Amino acid sequence: MKIAITAKEPSLESEVDQRFGRAKYFVVVDTDTNEIEIYDNEINLNAVQGAGIQSAQNVARFNVEAVLTGHVGPNSYRTLSAAGIAVFTGVAGIVNEAISMFKSGKLKPVNAADVEGHWFI
Amino acid sequence: MKNRFLISVASGKGGTGKTTIATNLAFIAAEKGLNVSYLDCDVEEPNGHIFLKPKIENISAATIPVPVVDESKCIACGKCRDICQYSAIILLGKTILTFPNLCHGCGGCTLVCPTGAITEAGRELGIVECGIAGKVRFVHGRLNIGEAISPPLIREVKKHIPSDGVAIIDSPPGTSCPVIQSVRGSDYVILVTEPTPFGLNDLKLAVEMLRVLDLPFGVVINRSDIGDASVLDYCESACIDVLLEIPDDRRIAEAYSRGQLATQVLPEYAEVFASLLKDVFDARL
Repeated sequence: MKIAITAKEPSLESEVDQRFGRAKYFVVVDTDTNEIEIYDNEINLNAVQGAGIQSAQNVARFNVEAVLTGHVGPNSYRTLSAAGIAVFTGVAGIVNEAISMFKSGKLKPVNAADVEGHWFI
Repeated sequence: MKNRFLISVASGKGGTGKTTIATNLAFIAAEKGLNVSYLDCDVEEPNGHIFLKPKIENISAATIPVPVVDESKCIACGKCRDICQYSAIILLGKTILTFPNLCHGCGGCTLVCPTGAITEAGRELGIVECGIAGKVRFVHGRLNIGEAISPPLIREVKKHIPSDGVAIIDSPPGTSCPVIQSVRGSDYVILVTEPTPFGLNDLKLAVEMLRVLDLPFGVVINRSDIGDASVLDYCESACIDVLLEIPDDRRIAEAYSRGQLATQVLPEYAEVFASLLKDVFDARL
């Protein structure tokens, strides 16, 4: 299956970006083949509004089944769930490690947003 | 020839004295026997009422039309999603999602829907209150707490501009959509600033905005004896009329802190504002 991880840099060694809608990059990994695609999310990083919704729509277009990130707001969560994508929040550290954690089944999907909209560090 | 003169009071920087200028100008114009309306378009934090003390006679809700989708009629064509510039309506597979708090109420999705699956429902953004303050007709909008979109409410406030007389618009600060919505259509704009680097920077932005909108304007420098001469120098080099310089007079601040109009309690300022009004009228010709 394909999963998307929010990342600060366009690399597997990057730190996980804690923001979903305004994440800098999405690293998309096929957990069966280990094939990687990287998407620049700069356009949503600077969006006036609706960044979470746009990012969620994009992630849905990558045909991923799960999203690993720090936090999601209500609009992102609603859009991701409507697209049938499992959401994993509270993910931190290095992208590669997050993928290993996911593969080993240590992460549990959430069933609600964990922050308000416009949350930022 | 139209019988209405629409003056907007705006500023790039906040806290320069827009409301002081707008309310005193409205009061003085009414004292001169003119038919005056004051419209507070700073709907995120209207404060003109503190000084004009209107008796509110009418309150109406301001709503924008937001889409309601009948999923049984939706064919998942995605035209509504494609026309929406604000991600307020999206399509995921065959599922339509709407985000009413992001909708600007343009009605585009309803128009492009080929099956009539979208109807519109009103969503309240705030209220418009109308009344009378002495001899001044008073209108202001109050945006609901937590609401991010003010231009549709400003549009509702501006529907109360009468067809004749002098109408004075108290604009929000800045140079973004709410300001453009407020000042658009004005016959003249007064830009209020202060003689500081911040005042100058934001004045330049406001001037650029008004030049794009092609509106005539002049500048009032408030607290003109603080700061430096850079605003004056800029106005001179850019051929901008400086209508008035108001000194940093503690008595104005004291009147303000009591919710009083300077023109009402300090007779010399009644003359100052009368001459500002005359200059603005002369600038129109």
